[in-house]
Amino acid sequence: MLTELEIHEIKEEIKLYPYAHAACIEALKIVQHYRGWVSDESVKDIAEVLSISASEVDSIATFYSRIYRKPVARNVILVCDGMSCMVMGYQSVYEYLAKKLGIQWGESTTDGRFTLLPISCLGDCDHAPSMMINNDLFHNLSITQLEDILEKYI
Amino acid sequence: MEKPLTGHIKAEGIPLNIREYEVAGGYTGVQTVLKKMQPMDVINLIKDAGLLGRGGAGFPTGLKWSFVPTGSDVPRPVYLLCNADEMEPGSFKDRFLLEGNPHQLIAGMICAAYAIQAEKAYIFLRWAYKKAETILRKAIAEAYAEGYLGKNILGSDFSLDIYVHTSAGRYICGEETALINSLEGKRAIPRAKPPFPTTSGLFGKPTVINNVETLCWISHIIENGADWFKNLGLNGEGGTKLYGVSGRVKKPGIYELPMGTVMREILEKHAGGMTDGYNLRAVIPGGASTEFVMEKQLDVKMDFVSLKAVGSRMGTATMTVLDDKTCPVAFLHNIERFFAQESCGWCTPCREGLPRVEKMLLAIEEGNGKEEYLESLKFHTTYCGPGNTFCAHAPGAMEPLQSGLEYFHDDFMRHINEKHCPWRSND
Repeated sequence: MLTELEIHEIKEEIKLYPYAHAACIEALKIVQHYRGWVSDESVKDIAEVLSISASEVDSIATFYSRIYRKPVARNVILVCDGMSCMVMGYQSVYEYLAKKLGIQWGESTTDGRFTLLPISCLGDCDHAPSMMINNDLFHNLSITQLEDILEKYI
Repeated sequence: MEKPLTGHIKAEGIPLNIREYEVAGGYTGVQTVLKKMQPMDVINLIKDAGLLGRGGAGFPTGLKWSFVPTGSDVPRPVYLLCNADEMEPGSFKDRFLLEGNPHQLIAGMICAAYAIQAEKAYIFLRWAYKKAETILRKAIAEAYAEGYLGKNILGSDFSLDIYVHTSAGRYICGEETALINSLEGKRAIPRAKPPFPTTSGLFGKPTVINNVETLCWISHIIENGADWFKNLGLNGEGGTKLYGVSGRVKKPGIYELPMGTVMREILEKHAGGMTDGYNLRAVIPGGASTEFVMEKQLDVKMDFVSLKAVGSRMGTATMTVLDDKTCPVAFLHNIERFFAQESCGWCTPCREGLPRVEKMLLAIEEGNGKEEYLESLKFHTTYCGPGNTFCAHAPGAMEPLQSGLEYFHDDFMRHINEKHCPWRSND
């Protein structure tokens, strides 16, 4: 069940559009903001608030890469795998993180601390290689800095 | 040298606030437009200047605006959308403008909205641009407080609201009709054209979509005139251009230079040439969907017409340099993996063709390729090319591939014959 706050925020979004359906992506973002991801149950709940079918909501949720339909860890590491970061060696960043955390692309650490995902070009090519952790951007990466960066996230 | 777009951007600094930008003359264009010009005057001025859209396609901006219907029976509201969903691999110019000088964009948007008589504007911003989002929201609040946005701007009859909308991912949102679907809360699948957005766009209303860099020009052209703009360019196309360089060069970054500056000059003089120990093999001139430009072609002028003449495209004009220590097959695989992943899945050649291309390139890169794959890859450059797909996504993906198959044929053959990637160690 959605919280009153979530429902309130979704209804505020609906007001900005000519019809409720248009607030679907924003509704998904709101739920994900509070829960970290969007469960099957949340898809049904959002559908109810927007008065559209759950399959419609799911078709939208699964289309957008920044909506998580599976649980993620407390911190999501997004390593840019764009072509400029490839030239500048994102692979070594990934290999270091994968080994250090014992996970591969798409996996989370068992303690629920980190999820490791690739991300399309972050538009930070002049500072490649780049990555984001949650909302923070890190660039001009060398593997010697990575341990210190990870320590900021618990 | 004049740098209208980046002159007020401070290196590593915080952007000018509205008062500072006003003092610098940044909002005079808005004053001129609202007090002295008719909407059609603005459209004609931008047409005269010959401003070509900076998003990649180079469509004349004034002409696009002139397609918006006028008169008392126009469906309302009319929308202006700023495409700030920068996601073309290798492109980072809009981030630079958004973070560096948000008021330049806002002033441009007010003038553009007045020209097409739009009363609502959205900035469709890439979710990852968190810093730009914070800066934009603050700047928009300042503009409201100073009477540049909202009802009856500067005492005129004109009213405008600007909203920031952050994306939820997916490259296809940069395609203008897919962007509209996404703003409407739907899957970002491109729409059939016609009708064009200028007639029936967001929520079925007339809509103009312009790139960040394009909109940043508008106020400057109003202040300085069409001739001033034309004279900034070197080779017939007006203005300066934000050129970007990334890869193994000494000084990667954004350089604002006259439109038509020679590629070699940008790479060697401004970006400092190659990092020691690396040699240039090729350049992707304007994002992942543009054809390779080879070392022997580096004297090409960076403008829409000249790059076309050497078989490439200017695109976003943010270059990625391919060096001799990077495998061109792996590089192409990286590009095609991106396009396969970002296909919206709506039409068959794109949904089915791009993953096949990606798999064949991976097989070749890993030493499992066969010579007939090259034939099949070549077939796909037509099968997924212009005329066979619903939008420009797959044809864009085929641009680097078709040129890469030609230019790097020997490298492909070595992978196939030696059954491993020559750039990888044999451990």
